[in-house]
Amino acid sequence: MRDIIKLENAPRISSYYSVVGSHERNGPLGDRFDEFSLDDKFEKDSWEKSESEMQRLAVVGALKKGDLKDTDIDLLLAGDLLNQCVGSNYGLVDFDIPYVGLYGACSTCALGLALGALLYNSGSCKRLVSVTSSHFCASERQFRFPLEYGGQRTPTSQWTVTGSGAFVLGNEGKVSIKEIVFGKSVDMGINDINNMGAAMAPACIDTIKRYFSNSDYSVEDFDLIATGDLGYEGSKILRDLLLSEGIDIRKSHDDCGLMIYDRKRQDKHAGGSGCGCSASVLAGDIMKRLEAGELKRVLFIGTGALMSPLTLYQGGSIPAVAHLVHLEG
Amino acid sequence: MNKEEYKEYVKRRAKRSSSFKNCVFAFLIGGFICVIGQALMELYTRLGATTQNASTLVSISLISVAALLTGLGLFDKIAKLAGAGTLVPITGFSNAVVSPAIDTRSEGYIFGVGAKIFTIAGPVILYGIFTGVIYGIIYYLFG
Repeated sequence: MRDIIKLENAPRISSYYSVVGSHERNGPLGDRFDEFSLDDKFEKDSWEKSESEMQRLAVVGALKKGDLKDTDIDLLLAGDLLNQCVGSNYGLVDFDIPYVGLYGACSTCALGLALGALLYNSGSCKRLVSVTSSHFCASERQFRFPLEYGGQRTPTSQWTVTGSGAFVLGNEGKVSIKEIVFGKSVDMGINDINNMGAAMAPACIDTIKRYFSNSDYSVEDFDLIATGDLGYEGSKILRDLLLSEGIDIRKSHDDCGLMIYDRKRQDKHAGGSGCGCSASVLAGDIMKRLEAGELKRVLFIGTGALMSPLTLYQGGSIPAVAHLVHLEG
Repeated sequence: MNKEEYKEYVKRRAKRSSSFKNCVFAFLIGGFICVIGQALMELYTRLGATTQNASTLVSISLISVAALLTGLGLFDKIAKLAGAGTLVPITGFSNAVVSPAIDTRSEGYIFGVGAKIFTIAGPVILYGIFTGVIYGIIYYLFG
């Protein structure tokens, strides 16, 4: 139980919806997403409001797709990267649904799905929504530099995805959540804000090792092991270090941060990041492939760098966490 | 693998930016900005400005153009290629002040622009003035 939580009463993902910005729309998965804004503003006058609107649109879309009303939903689990979770807190204020805000940095999508699945499994909730988002412009302001500042990015730096994904958990739908592993907070001393992949990889390695050393399944049983946003650098570290410990995930591993952009053409260095990255790729692509039968068993692992600019300036490093969700179509 | 070993491992494998490419573009674009500065200097002198006034006018012109390019969203695209070529000349200072000003408009003129405009240029201004004062004192005593 400490490592793998098996859900006897496994919830199904009955409806899902993705909303993205222009760069994501122009990426390889562009036409897989449900909705987009070509100026990333979503008709709002500040980037924070744009992110809130994006999250609102994702929930509205998921409810509409499932033909559901606010009163059909027992609980909203939501999170984003901004201080005080303003993306979620402001974006979801109009829904007549009890609300819980979450913070797990970029792992929040998997965290929301995992907690939601537990609440369903226990019978506490019959139907609930999990939603997360991130917005490049809002994140850049908060964590790095002003948007128009003329700086150079290093090859290992990642680009925060402008995107949101909402999932309705209930008793209908083809895809179910079978197992959960909550990650540990792991800090391997990385303090380079431009190499988040390296900061997150050890947490992801820990979670994957805990899963496979306690599970009935082996790596070969999964068609896809999708990590949230390790990007190019983090993915290479993950594959290499796991291989050195005898776990070879190279055939089935892919990373949402690598799937969402064409790194070379779109000049995205090490790929995408943010809790909108894994959420929009899961809702836009992976869920559709699971429903189509193209994928049968998927490990979805949200990876979060629990970074704060404040503690970095105080000389701290970047702890990370990775939560795992086993999806089955 | 312990923390130190991991940090070393990450450092060893991380791809670095190409110093050669960065130096070439910094030299070419930074040099081009200096050529424009020199051409403006000649122009203002021919128009009758004294050397001191002409050099002040050159600074004002470069600051204004960099501010305009920042506002138009072009400066960061040039700087991505130029690196130190746009950062080191006075254009970099202009961008460092204008970009937070644009960014913080949404929080208003007091708590946004007013409070945050020097978030990047602040250290340069503070320590620039500080060393200026020290230099002034030394100059006064021994100059």
